[in-house]
Amino acid sequence: MDLRFTDEELAFRDEVREFFRTALPDSIRRKMIEGHHPSKDDLVTWSRILNAKGWAVPHWPVEWGGTGWSPVKQYIFRDELQQAPAPEPLAFGVSMVGPVIYTFGNEDQKRRFLPRIANLDDWWCQGFSEPGAGSDLASLKTTAKREGDVYIVNGQKTWTTLAQHADWIFCLARTDSAVKKQEGISFLLIDMKTLGITVRPIQTIDGGHEVNEVFFDDVRVPVENLVGQENKGWDYAKFLLGNERVGIARIGISKARLKRVRELASLERIGDVPLIDVPRFREKLAAVEVELKALEMTQLRVVAAESRREKGKPDPASSILKIKGSEIQQATTELLMEVVGPFAMPYHPEEEGRNEPTDGPDWASTAAPTYFNWRKISIYGGSNEIQKNIIAKAILGF
Amino acid sequence: MDFDLSEEQRLLKDSVDRLMADRYDFERRQRYAKEPEGWSQALWSAYAELGLLALPFDEAHGGFGGGPVETMTIMEAFGRSLALEPYLATVILGGGLLHHGGSEEQKTAYLPQVAAGDLRLAFAHTERQSRYDLFDVGTTAQRDGGSFILNGQKSVVLHGDTADKILVTARVAGSRRDREGIGLFLVDANAPGVSCRGYPTQDGQRAAEVTLESVRVDTGNVIGNPEGALPVVEKVTDIAIAALAAEAIGAMDEMLKLTVDYLKTRKQFNTTIGSFQVLQHRSSEMFIAVEQGRSMAMFAAMMAQEKNAEERRKAISAAKVQIGRSGRFVGQQAIQLHGGVGMTMEYKVGHLFKRVTMIDTLFGDADHHLSKLAETGGLIAA
Repeated sequence: MDLRFTDEELAFRDEVREFFRTALPDSIRRKMIEGHHPSKDDLVTWSRILNAKGWAVPHWPVEWGGTGWSPVKQYIFRDELQQAPAPEPLAFGVSMVGPVIYTFGNEDQKRRFLPRIANLDDWWCQGFSEPGAGSDLASLKTTAKREGDVYIVNGQKTWTTLAQHADWIFCLARTDSAVKKQEGISFLLIDMKTLGITVRPIQTIDGGHEVNEVFFDDVRVPVENLVGQENKGWDYAKFLLGNERVGIARIGISKARLKRVRELASLERIGDVPLIDVPRFREKLAAVEVELKALEMTQLRVVAAESRREKGKPDPASSILKIKGSEIQQATTELLMEVVGPFAMPYHPEEEGRNEPTDGPDWASTAAPTYFNWRKISIYGGSNEIQKNIIAKAILGF
Repeated sequence: MDFDLSEEQRLLKDSVDRLMADRYDFERRQRYAKEPEGWSQALWSAYAELGLLALPFDEAHGGFGGGPVETMTIMEAFGRSLALEPYLATVILGGGLLHHGGSEEQKTAYLPQVAAGDLRLAFAHTERQSRYDLFDVGTTAQRDGGSFILNGQKSVVLHGDTADKILVTARVAGSRRDREGIGLFLVDANAPGVSCRGYPTQDGQRAAEVTLESVRVDTGNVIGNPEGALPVVEKVTDIAIAALAAEAIGAMDEMLKLTVDYLKTRKQFNTTIGSFQVLQHRSSEMFIAVEQGRSMAMFAAMMAQEKNAEERRKAISAAKVQIGRSGRFVGQQAIQLHGGVGMTMEYKVGHLFKRVTMIDTLFGDADHHLSKLAETGGLIAA
């Protein structure tokens, strides 16, 4: 047992750190540090910089643009990217539908979609949740009826993140309602420009527009856009959700945010005393750092065990990563709220190109919206309560 | 990076696990506690035969050159079985102080005896006023020609009542809370002026109040620099904290296992209570607390060897915080989920709870280490 990185891994870390230092455009870095959302253009720009370097999809098979890095190196890459802090490549493409396509799709689909995902030529969104199908995803009602060489899709998806930018949506739809609910679901790739699709924004409590409702009204989807076999979509969805949990701890993001908290807490003063020197505050901060260090070690244990695990079978311990990772991310937003104090109050709707000065320090305006927005983290990707069910069943054997 | 045990570590783990499974079930443990020393001489000999008492020492001193990972493996098994023997006091603390702070002569004289199971040690540092500050030393050591005269009182000396020799911190120079001026002395338990009053501890182990009245210690029994022993004391207590973290994980893991087993068999309302989601979720939360603790026990084992003392102390503090918090949560929930039976002295889970509770009070509880960590800048630099 040697829990240190090897010299080779350390050299690799330095290499990626240097790349992020020089290749990430300053304007994007600024936004990330200050807690603003990167724009669509920012994400496209950054994804293409990564793709040009050959680092857009490190975890993919080498023939489709993967790097062949060990799980540890992939972890280091992600951790450094998050600490840069740089935007993460659009997960709906590179982490969700991409792996489903290269694992279960046919050769045509791989050739057609994978290179465009890696380069963010196509912006993907996820059509899983429905008004009546959240944690109980398999009870979804959107239907796809086969008529000749098309499926006719009808129904409604919701919580569809960044669908307003999307070129494509991957959807779970019911192709057989006569069987057990998990056994009649298919996985379809749908062009967002198709007639009959309507996207309607949902405003969230932070005032932002991230999620949407997507309506399907007799949408005609060519049968060649079915992934894998008809009625096997649930298996592919479980595979996708398992992959989703692996990266969900977002330890590098929490590290970057705690660093930010420490920086700003040394600027804010209570009388003559910097907030960071107030024992109660610095102990709260240290307590979160301890939790994060523990989670980082847990993450590394999961990563180190990855090479021995059967492909496509996620470690049930990754549920810990989701639960603790989300709790810690949320705790960082509470700490930042505490740092900005009264200047959490002014509300500035986030608009492109807005140029007026903020009320209060310019780094204060994102504290409250981020706190509000990040309550989502313990809900998405399988709510933390669902993760506890998974631990109880898959690990503790209840 | 590699989380796997080496072949030798794996063999060590198997043999310790087998020994404890064969000879340390809970009923036997309760019998061992009633033996004259409060622990089992027979098991102590068995540890010696397996080489456990020699583990952390150099081969030149009859040891095996084992590191914190080997210690972690042993301590986790001891934690699971609630082992009573003075392994921490003799091998990790006493032996550790000699190993890391002693002269070649001292090591040659004493460590082979420790390794053979013939010499039992204890470490006396706590005083009435010191709480968890190792540098708060009121016991004095006055130079008298070539020797030192010790006066003072030491409290909660783990296994002090069965120790042959006691390592004592005493102030040679400076005032009570100075970091400089502290010496470390090897005192014979039978030396004139040493009195030792043993008593049981809450977790079924033993400790002692040690009084030193004009105890003469010759220079040959001064460990290291007589005015600069604090760094080695801190280093060895950090190693001990890493060992205790592993012991706590063994105990927590056992509590989780007992609790889950209980929930799967106990029936109320015509069903096993483990079918209730609230209890399943609580168990999942216990599992998370154990695994987060295990991660930090591993981190502590890795960082116990860190050469940069400040980095080492921060890491060890972080681990002690996590272990304290995980231990409290897992222990309290284990009792709660067992209901009344968890409250009984005859059932194992309460004893595990008491042990992890006492581990929190050893060498600084979670709050003590959290403020130390916070004071020194935390884990993530701005």
